[in-house]
Amino acid sequence: MTSPKRVGRIEFGLFSPKEIRKMSVRKIIWADTYDDDGFPYPQGLMDLNLGVIDPGLRCKTCDQKAADCPGHFGHIELAKPVIHVGYTRLIRKLLRVSCRSCSRLLMTAEEVEKIIGPEDGELAGEIVSEKDIKKERVCPHCGEQQLKINFEKPTTFSEVFVEDGRKIEHKLTPADIRARLEKIPDDDLRALGVNPDVARPEWTILTVLPVPPVTMRPSIILENGQRSEDDLTHKLVDIIRINQRFKENQDAGAPQLIIEDLWELLQYHVTTYLDNEVAGCPPARHRSGRPLKTLSQRLKGKEGRFRGSLSGKRVNFSARTVISPDPDLSIGEVGIPLAIANEMTVPVRVTQFNLDEMKQYVLNGPERPTIRSPCGANYVIRPDNRRMRLSDVNLETVTEMLEVGWTVERQLKTGDIVLFNRQPSLHRMSIMAHRIIVMDGRTFRLNPAVCPPYNADFDGDEMNLHIPQTEEARAEAEILVAVHANILSPRTGGPIIGGIHDHISGIFLLTHRVRHFTKKDVLYLVQHLPIEHLPEPDRIDENGTPLWTNKQVFSLVLPDDLNMVFRASSCQNCEICKQDMCENDAFVRIIDGNLISGTIDKKGIGAFDGQILHRIIRQHGMKRASRFIDDVTKLSIRGIMLEGFSFGIDDEDLTKTEYGQIDEVLSGAVSDVERRIKIYNEGQLEPMPGRTLEETLEMQIMQVLGKARDRTGEIAGRHLGMDNSAVVMAVSGARGSMLNLTQMAGCLGQQSVRGERIMRGYEDRTLPHFRRNDRGAEAHGFISNSYKSGLSPTEFFFHAIGGREGLVDTAVRTSQSGYLQRRMINALQDLKVAYDGTVRTTGGRIIQFCYGEDGTDPGRSSYGAPVDVKGIIESVLKEEIR
Amino acid sequence: MGTSLDVLKHEMVPNHQIMDDEEVTDLLATYHLSLDQLPKIYHDDSAVKAIGGEVGDVIRITRESRTAGRAEAYRLVVKRPKK
Repeated sequence: MTSPKRVGRIEFGLFSPKEIRKMSVRKIIWADTYDDDGFPYPQGLMDLNLGVIDPGLRCKTCDQKAADCPGHFGHIELAKPVIHVGYTRLIRKLLRVSCRSCSRLLMTAEEVEKIIGPEDGELAGEIVSEKDIKKERVCPHCGEQQLKINFEKPTTFSEVFVEDGRKIEHKLTPADIRARLEKIPDDDLRALGVNPDVARPEWTILTVLPVPPVTMRPSIILENGQRSEDDLTHKLVDIIRINQRFKENQDAGAPQLIIEDLWELLQYHVTTYLDNEVAGCPPARHRSGRPLKTLSQRLKGKEGRFRGSLSGKRVNFSARTVISPDPDLSIGEVGIPLAIANEMTVPVRVTQFNLDEMKQYVLNGPERPTIRSPCGANYVIRPDNRRMRLSDVNLETVTEMLEVGWTVERQLKTGDIVLFNRQPSLHRMSIMAHRIIVMDGRTFRLNPAVCPPYNADFDGDEMNLHIPQTEEARAEAEILVAVHANILSPRTGGPIIGGIHDHISGIFLLTHRVRHFTKKDVLYLVQHLPIEHLPEPDRIDENGTPLWTNKQVFSLVLPDDLNMVFRASSCQNCEICKQDMCENDAFVRIIDGNLISGTIDKKGIGAFDGQILHRIIRQHGMKRASRFIDDVTKLSIRGIMLEGFSFGIDDEDLTKTEYGQIDEVLSGAVSDVERRIKIYNEGQLEPMPGRTLEETLEMQIMQVLGKARDRTGEIAGRHLGMDNSAVVMAVSGARGSMLNLTQMAGCLGQQSVRGERIMRGYEDRTLPHFRRNDRGAEAHGFISNSYKSGLSPTEFFFHAIGGREGLVDTAVRTSQSGYLQRRMINALQDLKVAYDGTVRTTGGRIIQFCYGEDGTDPGRSSYGAPVDVKGIIESVLKEEIR
Repeated sequence: MGTSLDVLKHEMVPNHQIMDDEEVTDLLATYHLSLDQLPKIYHDDSAVKAIGGEVGDVIRITRESRTAGRAEAYRLVVKRPKK
């Protein structure tokens, strides 16, 4: 279990000026890069000793060409020391805990002992912090009075004197600070948690600046032949220029004021060179106004070196395009455009058994004209790993040369296995393996029943496709990642793939109540199903035509030995269930693979709670289940096409009676609210326990208005029966709810912000259209209109307020849960279940002694339970058990 | 000091038990483990203090489990490291 080598420890330290000079190959003194001939200046920022980026030149240090030279550091001698912005916190701490004259820790040895204790004693590992220093500000070693150290972002340190009762700030130069830090004894540093062997504190004040190799700041040549330097080079140019000017002024004996200005300028340039996003420091900008991307910006954040370049991987053999639906595909298939199939390849090793086949691929060449033509090949790889691109000119010669041991990169063909993915990849079903079908057109085609696990729709979504390149990868994809291996979600242990939208409406319309079909209709319904014989007709009508029931038609897609009893989505949860006599036909009974009673809807075949699907998976396995999904979706689409299904604005029309009733209910509610406000105003309102008067009133109003909206819904629902498409969709669970219908036909109801009526807006009122302190229903966001009747201007505004809250919520939720997910994945990504059932880290350390304490894989469980007891008993007894 | 709370009697605290050497050897053999691959528990954990566990002891924790009915976990007592 253990890896052959272990990292014992990692030590982080600072570069000392000595080390910087030692690793430097060249002192850099000129701010210029290239001369007029385009040749680097010696001792300039692009000096040939620092490595080469232009092809043809050789590095003066290692004598290698551009491709092989790793680059070498140079250095700049700074005229005066400057502070490294990354260490200002440490510098501040050290200045505050050390004496201003003798630089020793402002504590006696005994005090230090008390905090740190003897080695490997009770307190081992403790370090002295700023808070442990006594407040009296006298050095216990030399008796010097200490001064307060002020730190001003980004890099200014100053001491505070008190003179004649006035506070005077005296600025400390980096040179002063460096002198103090130099004097701090090694032992005091250890007490402070600094290891002086690798990080002397004075090294945080730079006296010499390393110049990174040109390989990490290459200049690019624009189309017009002009050179464009890297941001880092620009910044280094600034530093050298100021440094040079500083030196000249210093040598010429310039006045102190000018020296100080230049020193500060140098500090600014070095600061922004290291980090261009420091608080209290204007970022250095490019001529175009874009802030420069300096050292810290290269490393930080999502697109930085760590998250963006090192943890982030990009891949070959992948494709991306828009997706569109194709219900004729199986759920385990994906249609890919010919253009993609022609471009992407699978390597095949040439053996004596496939030599002829491979020769044919090579002969077919890189261009496949139609989806029906045989697939070709784009490259061949010779045993010496030389890769040859196939083109019309060399097809014959390569075919002749091809022999055992070569590898042919053949194009994709129908039947190849690929990985299909949609971002965000939040769970493992976001990447599943499909078999491809080469198709015309430019989009990926997928069966709409696999949309739920990808959370895909066809409003312009794009998806990615990856081609496994080895036999092992293909085997793994087929066994573990295939769509039919992922029908059960490991989150719930229930199916996640299944009928959506029209599949559910269709199967509902087909199986609702009992209807009889002639042979013509039955054959229309089942024409896409793999069925060889029709069952015995249910009855023969007076004309002698045989008739089949709709339930018989549905039973054709069920396995023969299926026995189950459940309640459909349309079940009203009556107090006494009338079972087979249910007037909604919601009591589903399947005996020996025959639907005896009940309507199939979302509960039966839906994507998230398809009970029939779940039972088939338990009893017949994933393969049968995926066939069932294919069959049932095809049948339901035929079912919906038999009669047609549409929804329009006039489907929300009610009659005069209903409109009258709705108006009555609403005006009743509004006057009820007014009555309650009046009681409140008169001081007659009884507060509810634990609530204020206002809260009680608000709750009552919300309740009255909520009830009123529901009543309008009931009125509308009474008129709109099962012949209404929206009702069919809501009852079957395909899409929408009765609430949506209420809001379309009845009334929109109360708009709310944070669960309360809308209270914000102007002084004592929500909008200037209302009187101040009006507590009435309309003044606080009650919308008595419906989407159909149209909203008044104030209602529209309230609706926008309520709607905005929802948008903000989703935006906040996604960003928060995204970050949570990132942290979870980082913490858990290397854990695995070992063969003995334990959950372990890569080091073999135990996390759980038995996965989930019962060792059950939820992806193979029945809603979390290892055995579906109810299902087994049901299929034996063939009746409902409770 | 007032009356001290016996944490072991709290309903949320599962049963903790110090394992003897033989049990520990068995445990390490069944799971093919070295001692430091076991999950850890601090020496100053209230339950460990209550049963008198010392650094280096292995504690058996028996819990009621929602999935398995009863689940056992084993933890090695270690010293709480300094921050």
